[in-house]
Amino acid sequence: MALKIAVLVKQVLDPEMPVAAFRIDAGTKRVVPPPSIPPVVNGFDENAVEAALRIKDAAGAAVTAISMGPSFALDVMKKPLSMGADELVLLQDQAFDNTSDAFFTAQVLASAVRKLGGFDLIICGRQASDWDNAQVPLGVAELLGVACISLGKKVEVQGAKVVVERLIPDGYEVVEASLPALVTVSNELGQPRYPTLRGIMAATRKRPTIWKLSDLGVAKEQLQPRITLHNLFVPQRSKVCEMIEGDDAADAGRKLAMKLREAKLI
Amino acid sequence: MAEAKGVLVLGEIAGAELSSSSLELLAAARKLSASLGEEVAIALLGDTLDVPAKTAISHGADQVYAVNHPQLRQYHPDLFLAALETLCREASPRIILMSRSNQGRELGPRLAFRLGVGLAQDSLEIALDPATKKLMANRPVYGGNAVAVVSCNATPQMAAIRPKAYEPLAADAARQGKITSFPVDLKPEAARSRVVSVVKEEAKGVKLEEARVVVSGGRGLGGPEPFKNLDALAKLLGGAVGASRAAVDSGWIPASHQVGLTGKSITPDLYITVAISGASQHMAGCSGAKVIVAINKDAEANIFKEARYGVVGDWQKVLTGFTEAVRELTQG
Ligand SMILES: Cc1cc2nc3c(=O)[nH]c(=O)nc-3n(C[C@H](O)[C@H](O)[C@H](O)COP(=O)(O)OP(=O)(O)OC[C@H]3O[C@@H](n4cnc5c(N)ncnc54)[C@H](O)[C@@H]3O)c2cc1C
Repeated sequence: MALKIAVLVKQVLDPEMPVAAFRIDAGTKRVVPPPSIPPVVNGFDENAVEAALRIKDAAGAAVTAISMGPSFALDVMKKPLSMGADELVLLQDQAFDNTSDAFFTAQVLASAVRKLGGFDLIICGRQASDWDNAQVPLGVAELLGVACISLGKKVEVQGAKVVVERLIPDGYEVVEASLPALVTVSNELGQPRYPTLRGIMAATRKRPTIWKLSDLGVAKEQLQPRITLHNLFVPQRSKVCEMIEGDDAADAGRKLAMKLREAKLI
Repeated sequence: MAEAKGVLVLGEIAGAELSSSSLELLAAARKLSASLGEEVAIALLGDTLDVPAKTAISHGADQVYAVNHPQLRQYHPDLFLAALETLCREASPRIILMSRSNQGRELGPRLAFRLGVGLAQDSLEIALDPATKKLMANRPVYGGNAVAVVSCNATPQMAAIRPKAYEPLAADAARQGKITSFPVDLKPEAARSRVVSVVKEEAKGVKLEEARVVVSGGRGLGGPEPFKNLDALAKLLGGAVGASRAAVDSGWIPASHQVGLTGKSITPDLYITVAISGASQHMAGCSGAKVIVAINKDAEANIFKEARYGVVGDWQKVLTGFTEAVRELTQG
């Protein structure tokens, strides 16, 4: 039977958007998405899709992308399909609105994984660039009771096990685990592939499976949020930069050195 | 279950000693304990814990749980988790603090899920709400563009603290504390993964995390070669070389040099950025630097909003003049 791989992907506000466009609505404690800037697939999740597709290229696999959210920009969320994933499952419900609670999200995603019959391998981005929480993937592994390897920069399936080059502060370690397993990946995995024209055409024809919360059979008490958000604000910066000038750029560099010397910094 | 009480710090061992991030946690824990009127305990896992246990007491622990087990000699997430879960259930703390270190990154969320509680991730500041006595955590979100104030709805309340967010307390050799051995029963089959090999870059010069001076390069350097210039300058200053993610992603320098949200957190006295734009995710790793210097050709770059001193100009020219002058000043 072909290897079954799930990739968990999230739709996020474009993290590269200009800082000036970043606005918070204090009342609702939310970031207001600027209307002119479309959302994107979370960058690390694109790395996860890439990791899954490399395994598919090498050994063959059926790759399913799964996402949870209150609503989706379908053209954005079809990107995993246009890159080469086989299926897209969207968990879409108003109940998924405004939740930054890892426990809630992981419960929903884990129940979707179960409903889909389980996977040999689940690959996730290390964290989402909106809440930077880095908890949901590890939580899903815990809820499903599968092996968990985090911060991969290379992921390979060898027979019945997954072999991961896992980042450590001064290099990497090679870690292996028997399938089923969950692996999180980082940008060190390398550039995600660009969708080909053929991929884009194929993705256009594919329809995502869409499930609501009630389709998933998660008990309400399992969804009790574990975290309360009290406030969300933009931190104030009050630094004043002293600009060093000179006759030319090199001279400005020399003057900078003098300045740092005066300040006893060098 | 006993009434939840006290603050439990999850300690980490580096070499044979308590890690510096654990000392930072003890300082944070002491503040909470002062307003709670409850003890600070620390969990230590390993097979030789006498030295770190004493260090922990002199830096603020009232109680050390020494979880001695030959299987805990080397860090393994699954075995550490099993031991920590047992200890946390038994010790029944009100608050658990851990570092968002490399270990904490995987242990924190997994432990929280095992205990069925919430974790305030990557917190910069924690305090007790005066009215409710609940743990309130300030955590940067959206790459540092915003700060969220969160609390945990279940007990134990857990927070992972960003490395270098707190200063360790000075050691006090006269402090008293109790060391309790906490035996655990570990099943080797609990370890679901296996480390096959470790590939370490050879350590040369000053460690980035410990350097007093760091010189970092970004995408504007245009290639790997200029990092040699940065390296030469760092050597003159007795410092280390860092990089932005853009430089790392371009393959110009290994990932271990990355400073930022998903790279290293550094707190040098002097941080010199060369051709780095100052994205919030980069600044997340260096906001604790005492003085930031920016060299960038774009006067509008965000880095100038974060820097103390700035030079607008082509990095190559600025750096040549700067390095020459530094050489004269430091060697002349
Ligand atoms: C979830 C997430 C996590 C991230 N984590 C990190 C992280 O940990 N660390 C990190 O660094 N980034 C991180 N990033 C990426 C971050 O958002 C920026 O994209 C990145 O920091 C930009 O790197 P840079 O400043 O080198 O490049 P750019 O933003 O492209 O800036 C290059 C700068 O060089 C200047 N320049 C160009 N040529 C010259 C010249 N000849 N002389 C002088 N100046 C010149 C330009 O004016 C420009 O300001 C993360 C992003 C996300 C979404």
